[in-house]
Amino acid sequence: MRPLRNVIYIQTQNAWVHKDNDNLVMKVGDEIKARVPIHKLQGLVCFGQVSISPYLMAHCAENAVTITYLNQFGKFLARVEGPVSGNVLLRRTQHLTGANRDKSVAIARTMLSGKLYNQRSVLRRYLRDYGDKENEQTMSAELATAEKRLSRCLQQLTDCDAIDTLMGREGEAAQVYFGVFQHLIRQPDFQFDARRRRPPTDPVNALLSFCYTLLTHDCRSALETTGLDPASGFLHQLRSGRPSLALDLAEEFRPMIDRFVLSLINKRQLSLKDFEEWPNGSFTLKEEPRRTLLAAWQDRKQDTLTHPWFEESVSVGLLPWLQAQILARFLRGDCDSYVPFLWK
Amino acid sequence: MMILVTYDVSFKNDGGPKRLRRMARLCQVFGQRVQYSVFEIEVDMAQWTELKNQLMGVMDPEEDSLRIYYLGSNWERKVEHIGAKKAMDLNGLLLL
Repeated sequence: MRPLRNVIYIQTQNAWVHKDNDNLVMKVGDEIKARVPIHKLQGLVCFGQVSISPYLMAHCAENAVTITYLNQFGKFLARVEGPVSGNVLLRRTQHLTGANRDKSVAIARTMLSGKLYNQRSVLRRYLRDYGDKENEQTMSAELATAEKRLSRCLQQLTDCDAIDTLMGREGEAAQVYFGVFQHLIRQPDFQFDARRRRPPTDPVNALLSFCYTLLTHDCRSALETTGLDPASGFLHQLRSGRPSLALDLAEEFRPMIDRFVLSLINKRQLSLKDFEEWPNGSFTLKEEPRRTLLAAWQDRKQDTLTHPWFEESVSVGLLPWLQAQILARFLRGDCDSYVPFLWK
Repeated sequence: MMILVTYDVSFKNDGGPKRLRRMARLCQVFGQRVQYSVFEIEVDMAQWTELKNQLMGVMDPEEDSLRIYYLGSNWERKVEHIGAKKAMDLNGLLLL
């Protein structure tokens, strides 16, 4: 089998990347920080202020190494590719897989099981941290019941053989999960009774919606970077202008976002007066607190955790990229199934 | 497969430094310099044949020596590093 070539991510600002003797060399100032033989690589991803020499760019183009530019926040900017690339094959495989009912269901199922598993982790973590407090016995009983019901939904996913039934199970799980979400909020000012979108009718829903949007953008960038078509999904239906695959990929990360939102509220980084209520009853975040949120989001993305599949310590911000890579490997036939990100 | 290449180039005649430089350049195309005259090179058979030919073309068999250790594809368990100048794992996550 062809050896798997690696992807190099450069997020050191003001780095200068150039070619020296068939090596990719990264310099910061006058100091050489890294030297990698180009034949080991299949992609180069640059975040923000990273300069690449034209010679390296040409060499990458000739050797089918894709160069991708993202801004510092991970938004997709541009991709540089050589004349012939395997991407058309990858995209075609993706579309064919999407048109195949059984295969789509299989992928959608693993993605959703990732989501449910991670939702359960959110509840479990809360139970672990606060479950034995005297005055919170009823709450933790409700949480424990919800945790059990989520586990059952997770098991039932394996029997689903159609997208509709998968969606049904997912809806059931969401109802259970958001049914007890209020208990996870430890600031009494913030009230949450159900997930409401379009428009979000309370500050918690407004925060969730805003952060899910950020997540979808990251997933979309990750897919574009990998060369997948973000619009052609497996779980979400195709609709013009809708990034269906980005929405699919986002599913397994939503519970992480939920925890991020909870920590913003519980650590009092945001308060009720940071929100604006509109005449139609919807809530949005004011501009200044939005900056607070984005800064916290950036910090969160710098946190590292161990990826269970790669068994490497990676920053949270890179997770969508890694999952997109696993998906591409699966579509290419390099591995047997897509493995969702399972959060402990 | 992983190949460890080491060499000694004699400086007895004037061509020495030039041969040394050229050997290093060739090894670096495919591999990683782990110590001054020691390279870890992960290549397939075709790439290795090409590289070995080039190395043999550059060296002076009368004066220099080249030693090649074939570590195979399951080489991770055969290599241990102690101390400074840790090599990069080129197959792992490359995040700079």
